[in-house]
Amino acid sequence: MTVQTWTYILVGITFALYIGIAIWSRAGSTKEFYVAGGGVSPLANGMATAADWMSAASFISMAGIIAFAGYDGSVYLMGWTGGYVLLALLLAPYLRKFGKFTVPDFIGDRYYSKTARIVAVICALIVSFTYVAGQMRGVGVVFSRFLEVDINTGVVIGMVIVLFYAVLGGMKGITYTQVAQYCVLIFAFMVPAIFISIQMTGNPVPQLGMGSTMNDGSGVYLLDKLNGLSTQLGFAEYTSGSKSTMDVFAITLALMVGTAGLPHVIVRFFTVKRVRDARKSAGLALLLIAILYTTAPAVAVFARTNMINTVSDQEYAEMPEWFKNWEETGLLKFNDKNGDGKIQYVADGKRNELVVDRDIMVLANPEIANLPAWVIALVAAGGLAAALSTAAGLLLVISSSVSHDLIKKVFVPNITEKGELWAARAAATVAVVIAGYFGINPPGFVAAVVALAFGLAAASFFPAIVLGIFYKKMNKEGAIAGMIVGISLMLFYMLKFKFGIFDGGKEAVAGLSQDWWFGISPEGFGTIAMLVNFAVSIIVMQFTEAPPKAVQEIVEDIRIPSGAGEASEH
Amino acid sequence: MSDKQKKASAYWRENVRYLFILLSIWFVVSYGAGILFKDALNTIKIGGFELGFWFAQQGSIYVFVILIFVYVRLMNKLDKKYGFDE
Repeated sequence: MTVQTWTYILVGITFALYIGIAIWSRAGSTKEFYVAGGGVSPLANGMATAADWMSAASFISMAGIIAFAGYDGSVYLMGWTGGYVLLALLLAPYLRKFGKFTVPDFIGDRYYSKTARIVAVICALIVSFTYVAGQMRGVGVVFSRFLEVDINTGVVIGMVIVLFYAVLGGMKGITYTQVAQYCVLIFAFMVPAIFISIQMTGNPVPQLGMGSTMNDGSGVYLLDKLNGLSTQLGFAEYTSGSKSTMDVFAITLALMVGTAGLPHVIVRFFTVKRVRDARKSAGLALLLIAILYTTAPAVAVFARTNMINTVSDQEYAEMPEWFKNWEETGLLKFNDKNGDGKIQYVADGKRNELVVDRDIMVLANPEIANLPAWVIALVAAGGLAAALSTAAGLLLVISSSVSHDLIKKVFVPNITEKGELWAARAAATVAVVIAGYFGINPPGFVAAVVALAFGLAAASFFPAIVLGIFYKKMNKEGAIAGMIVGISLMLFYMLKFKFGIFDGGKEAVAGLSQDWWFGISPEGFGTIAMLVNFAVSIIVMQFTEAPPKAVQEIVEDIRIPSGAGEASEH
Repeated sequence: MSDKQKKASAYWRENVRYLFILLSIWFVVSYGAGILFKDALNTIKIGGFELGFWFAQQGSIYVFVILIFVYVRLMNKLDKKYGFDE
């Protein structure tokens, strides 16, 4: 059977599974729609959180980025896992004890203010839309390459599927489809990694294979070999990288703090029964995530070495079939500058003849390694599972922000439960359509755009929530001022240095990097914006009134784990 | 201060102490071993791995997982000690 037939079969089966689960677990009440009824087991929640968390960026882009960035790619590995330590220790147990439906719920109640709630809703919407745009682009890439449909058609198919189970099932439907999606995506990621690890190093554990000697009888360590190849072609040594230490530090911190501040991740901890379940499911989620995250750097090393060996200085006419297939999608470009018919792949932009989109590395890896057709198809199904599960989680945050935090809590407080449920479904539908628009008109690299969403979350939510729990005296004026200044500063920096809108557009961006503040890139600037948020909050607090007694009592209460009850309206 | 409040604030102090210790380890393995002291650690090699590189791409993640499970254990014990468990 061909790769395409296999892909149709596997993608078809997994999609049917997701839809089946959605029908079986559709939401009947707002509580089921927002927090899956609040009775999800720690393991199910851990799996759902892992799938929710691991997006197209983790599955499709990350290993590819690391393959090209080497050591510099570590920022994603540490940043996207270390955040769970912060989440488990500083946020999840207390927010579960607080026991409401959404993150703006916490901000609104803890800071006793409608303004704070609305600011939080706006931050949640900005963060979630930035993030969801990247997912839809991932869906489009998979569809266009493996099912050979137009990217736009691919996005529309993805939209319809997500719409179906997010709108029908709400959090309940999403939770159980995410459990299935975790199984699909982890299996799809591990199978080719294990195959290739055995092929290249003889060690079936990719995490160890990465540090082993090559299987070709030379006795050379794989990483030494790759370092040699990289320097030969003029690239930085793979294990050293080229970013400044300051920038690596800042990006890692921004990603960690951003992870802990992402509303679609936080809200998952509202779905378990007790505070101790929230702690435990954070640990399980990270364990399940770590399986992929410790394999990804190994995949990066294998893919990079394989790719250089396959293409470097080889005849273009003799390239294998995958090369031509990816050329058709435009994600791989060859331009024979010196006309010798061979591929010169080097760091020097003037002589380099091959441009590889980093997003294709994971998807192309099994083909480069000549793995059987069903493995290649499995990777496609896994990529879709990763993108769809995250998109669904984000859409839920968007719809609950609108229906619960805006409509119910601000504009129409006496809306019926049924009305609120319909509002949630309508908001989810609108959000899917907007997300689809971004998928068809993609804003750039999946991971690059997603990385900015973390900066925005770090700059807005993290300080407000941490201060809300650990600093009893923090008041509404401080928190609101902090969130507004933090997210505005981050948006400004991102628009200036990532999109160049103040200096003549995209073309100017490269030239602006000498002007980066403290030498920190837009991806790492969330760290600075977060610190500014903390500082502004604490300074403003000094000059304004202390929070009312009742609020200080809420803070004392959320610090104690017992008596959490179920997530509720009051 | 009532007995209940005293108990609650003692519980909170112990909790914060755990957080401080665990987050110090969190900082040392990632920002310390994986970033700031990476070059020094890279002179040490274990198998094919330079140690600083290993911490940045593998070791720190393993430690993160262990940290959360240690925290879960510590807190479950602490809950029991103060009678806040359910």
